[in-house]
Formats: sequence, structure tokens, C-alpha cells
Amino acid sequence: MNSNWPLWEVFVRAKNGLSHKHAGSVHAADARMAIEAARDVYTRRMEGVSLWVVPSTAIVASDPKETTDLFEPAADKVYRHPTFYTIPDGVKNI
Amino acid sequence: MYTTELKDKNQKSAGLSLADEDPEKLAAFEARVAADDFIEPKDWMPEAYRKTLVRQISQHAHSEIVGMLPEGNWITRAPNLRRKAILLAKVQDEGGHGLYLYAAAETLGTSREEMIEALHSGKAKYSTIFNYPTLTWADIGAIGWLVDGAAIMNQVPLQRTSYGPYARAMVRICKEESFHQRQGYEIMCVLAAGTPEQKRMAQDALDRWWWPSLMMFGPPDDKSPNTAQSVRWRIKRETNDELRQRFVDTTVPQAEAIGLRVPDAALKWNEARGAYDFGEIDWEEFYAVVRGEGPVAKDRNHARIRAWEDGAWVREAAAVHANKRAMRMAAE
Amino acid sequence: MPGDDTLFHHALRLGDDALVLGQRLSEWCGHAPMLEVDLALANIALDLLGQATHFLNLAGEIEDEGRDADALAFRRDVLDFRNCLLVEQPNGDFAQTIARQFLFSNWQELLMREIATAPEPRLSAIGAKAVKEIAYHAKFASEWVVRLGDGTEESRSRMIAGLDWMWRFVDELFDPKDGAASLRAEWDARIARTLSDAALEMPKPRRGAMGGRAGHHSEHLGHLLTEMQFMQRAYPGATW
Ligand SMILES: [Fe+2]
Ligand SMILES: [Fe+2]
Ligand SMILES: [Fe+2]
Repeated sequence: MNSNWPLWEVFVRAKNGLSHKHAGSVHAADARMAIEAARDVYTRRMEGVSLWVVPSTAIVASDPKETTDLFEPAADKVYRHPTFYTIPDGVKNI
Repeated sequence: MYTTELKDKNQKSAGLSLADEDPEKLAAFEARVAADDFIEPKDWMPEAYRKTLVRQISQHAHSEIVGMLPEGNWITRAPNLRRKAILLAKVQDEGGHGLYLYAAAETLGTSREEMIEALHSGKAKYSTIFNYPTLTWADIGAIGWLVDGAAIMNQVPLQRTSYGPYARAMVRICKEESFHQRQGYEIMCVLAAGTPEQKRMAQDALDRWWWPSLMMFGPPDDKSPNTAQSVRWRIKRETNDELRQRFVDTTVPQAEAIGLRVPDAALKWNEARGAYDFGEIDWEEFYAVVRGEGPVAKDRNHARIRAWEDGAWVREAAAVHANKRAMRMAAE
Repeated sequence: MPGDDTLFHHALRLGDDALVLGQRLSEWCGHAPMLEVDLALANIALDLLGQATHFLNLAGEIEDEGRDADALAFRRDVLDFRNCLLVEQPNGDFAQTIARQFLFSNWQELLMREIATAPEPRLSAIGAKAVKEIAYHAKFASEWVVRLGDGTEESRSRMIAGLDWMWRFVDELFDPKDGAASLRAEWDARIARTLSDAALEMPKPRRGAMGGRAGHHSEHLGHLLTEMQFMQRAYPGATW
């Protein structure tokens, strides 16, 4: 059996009201150990109030080769942005 | 620095040539890097870039981990409770730095275990500075002040290095490093203003650590063949000599401020250059220490191997336990 | 004697326990089985050193003879140390370290909960802060007891050996003279629960080794102090 501990990705919520943000990774044999390692490694300076740990193998990432297909089609949809629209001068609160 | 041009044995035989790369992809990659874009783990990259990064990041990680030993040598003997807590927290930080860096290197497809193996077998190198012994408490001051000082100088520009995970690790590391140098300098300040014995201790530590600290920046630029490409690839952002000069210029006044003498007869302010001229580094010694001939290189290597081997049954037990648990859960 | 002798010794015991165990754990720094564990042990050691500083400063304050935490930590000899024998035991292998932490932190947590509500406000303030730290230490150590006890054959036998080494120092924690006897039942229950999760048996009762609270220690403490106090002994009167 492989005795190397798997890798976990660590996400830290800096304070309530903010979302969890990727902080780094740890090796741990089980989920509880991963939480504790994340606490001991990534919140030593009061960086967080909540932690997520996710087995790195559980993360599905988009392929950089698809980057253009996935993200470029959004580029010409300028009408999704408020600055696209012309409003007469002097009109307020819109 | 922690990594500079310490070639591992396989490097030459790897014979990675950019000529073997797809020219179109290579050109696109070079353009991105030149535009200060970040390269992320799944992006295409030339093999030589990947190899160089793995070597540099893992050497950096090894340096942090081996670097725990000389300072760890004084945790149990720190002179008061405040210093003990500071030193323990500091050495713990270095362990964290090693951890972040191993994780950054792992994104390039090399496992932490493989890197540790390479360290233990002597295939991978670490900074020569940690192959010197810590003889007195003043060495703890000197290391924080000079060694962390030199490290910071090297690491600050690496926050903008081209490889995303490495750059992000460096951002976190630099944030944590900021107290390391100050606590070291504070130790030296107290000693330099203390009893004659303390002053002697402080001066002796500066005498022993000064030159090895200058060597931390690696060989001079004209003997540092990889520098040009590394700078072009934004793996390195400044040359060894530039960084070394800056270190001398900032550190000398700090020594003077507390009445310590930098052990270099050739040291002199050069008005025209607006910088210090300083003496020739003993490169013979540098290469000897790189080859593993440092006074305590063997001790360091043994300590690391022993910790790893003594811990094998622990790592195995936890893995087996996790497996048993998962099987039990599945059976339920 | 100026100050309150009972309170002085109480603070001293608490401070010495934390100091000696913190010192022991700090020996692991740079040598742990895995980097993540290295950082974890250092965190526990730092908590304990913080507690030691607070309790020993308080002891010095109560004593009112101009001694602070450093004077108490670095300039007393064995006979004046009041820590329990358990905390001064050598680290041994990781299982032995975990055994010591498991037995001690579970006890210290129960004790500190009481101290956190003690009538003496300076004592209770330190206790209230410490109890959160210790709860984590107890959990951390208990989980490792389960992993090692229910891991491999080797880890199991090492865990048993570790507990076996430490077990004779348990009774001292509940010495009626120190007023901690009332914690025994709850402590026993906690220990039994974790050991059962770890598929380990409760060690057989044995004659307890006592004496730490009276300054009669094992041989180990003298060596620990030799190392810890070296600087203050070699350079008396210097500041650092
Ligand atoms: Fe460092
Ligand atoms: Fe570091
Ligand atoms: Fe550092």
C-alpha cells in the first residue's frame, strides 16, 4: 500500500462575509488531519475563520487548450456591461 | 540564492534543448513571459523551463528545510522565554516555507517524496549557507540578520517570477519573512550593546557569517551560465552580482550602526559608483561547500535522513488507518 | 513569606508543567515525521511556552521578590521545579510523544476549565485563554492515538509501549494534595473512549511514581534544565 499521504487543496475564509480563497496545499492521510494541517500551516497569523480542504484529485480543471473556446465568446457581448448604454446628460440615478 | 546555479548531477545529461520544442508554441510562450504574463500549471511550457523550475523550486524548498537545523540547534538553549518563542516560531515558519515550495514544485509533476529522495541521495542541492555550524547564541542573530536578509533580497523580486504557483508561494513567504530579519538584527543589537563577552560573541558571529552570506547569491555573473536564460524566462529577475551588491550596500551601514566591524579589509565606499567596493570572495571555498565539503554538511544530511526514516512508520500507520476507515465506511 | 504561598505554588505548578512540556516538544522542531506534523508540534509548543510565561510571571508577581518568568524558568534548580513527572519524560519515538501529550492534554484541559472559573481573576484570565489552546492539543493527540493504535502492527506496538512508559506518571496528576482528584472520573472516561476507538486496552493500573510536585523528579529533568538554562548559567546577569 502507498504510504505517501495524498495532497489536499486548502481554501481559507479570511473573515465572515468573504468567500473561501485558495491558500495552498498540504499532505494529509485523512480529512481531519488535512483540516488540522491546514490550520497549523495556513492560519498561524490569524489569516482565517473557516477552512475547506478538498482532495486535489477531486478538482476538475478546465484545459488551457480550451481557453479561447471557453472564454473568448464572452468578449464581444459588450451589451452585458452597463457602460454599453448611452443615457442623456443630466439624467441621474440610473 | 537558496538555489542559485547549484547544479544537480543530472542537469547536463538531461541535455534539454529548446531546438526540440515546437517553434510556434515556444514563440507564444516566450512572448507571454516577456509580457510578464504568468504561466500556470496546465499551460504548455518548454521542458527546459519545467526542469529548471523544478530544480530551482525544490532546491529552494530543501534550503528552507535544511535551514531549520542550524537554528533549531539553539531553540532548546535560547536565553529567555521571549527569544525561545520567537526562534521556535521563526524556524517553524521556515518549515512552512519548505512546505509551500514543495507544493509549488508538485504542480510541475514531481512528488514531494521524489524531491526528498533526491535531497537525501545528494542528487539535489541546497544553499551552502546551512552547511556552517551555529556555535553561539550570536549565530542566531547573525543568521536572522544576514541569511534571512540575503534571502529576502533574493525573494522579493521572485514574487513576480513567471511561474504562478512559485510566485504565489513567494508572496506568502515574503510576508512571513519580514519578522525574521528584524528579530535577528535585534539579537545583534542587544549583544553589541551588552557585556564584553556578548560583544565578542556578536563580532565573532559576523566574522564567520559575512562571507558565506555573500556566497549565498551564487557565482559571479560571468561564471553563471544559466543566468541570461533564467532572467529572460523571469525565473530569476536580477543577476547574482546585482543582488550581492545591493546586500552589501544595505547591510554595511546596519553593522556600523551597532558598532560591529565587517570582516573585509577591502570594503570601501565608492563615491563615483554610489556603492561599496568589497573584497574578492573565496570561490574555492564556495565550490567546495557546494560539493558537500562544508563543515557540517554530513551532520545536516544525516539529520534529515534520520528524521525521514524514523518517521516512515508514522506515515505508513496513518495511511493504513485512513484506508481501514474508508473500507469500514464503504462496508456500512 | 510575602505573597500568598498556596497561590504561588499553584501558579508555579501550572507554569512549570507548560514550560517543561513546551521545551520537550520544541526538541522535535526540524525532526518530525512529516513537515505538516513538524508545524503542528511547534504550534503546540508555542502555546505551552505562552502559558508558561503567563503563569510564571503571575507566580513571580504573587511571590513579590522581584522574580519574573525568566528568573523562575532559568535560575531555579531541580528541587524547586514543581512540574509533574509526566511532562519531563523524554520524547522517545513519535508514539511516546503522542502518549505523553494525550494523557497530559486531556488532564490539563479539565484542570484549565476549572481554573478559567477560579475566583482569583489573574489566574482565571490565563486559564480562559489557555483552555481553548489545550482543547485543540487534546483533540490532536487523541486522534493520533487512534491512528497509531489502529494503524499498522508496528504503530500499534509502539503506541502500546508509549502508553506503557507514561502510565506510571498518571496518578501524580490526580494527587489529592493538589486538589485535582475530582477530575479523575471524567479523565478516565475520556481516555477510555479514545483507547477504545484505537482498539487499544486501558493500561493496567500500577504503582504511581510521585514526587514532581515536591521537587523530586526523574533523572531527565536535570538534563533538560542543563540545556535550557545554559545561557543564563554561563552568562549570569546578562540581558538578551
Ligand atoms: Fe530562510
Ligand atoms: Fe524562509
Ligand atoms: Fe526566514
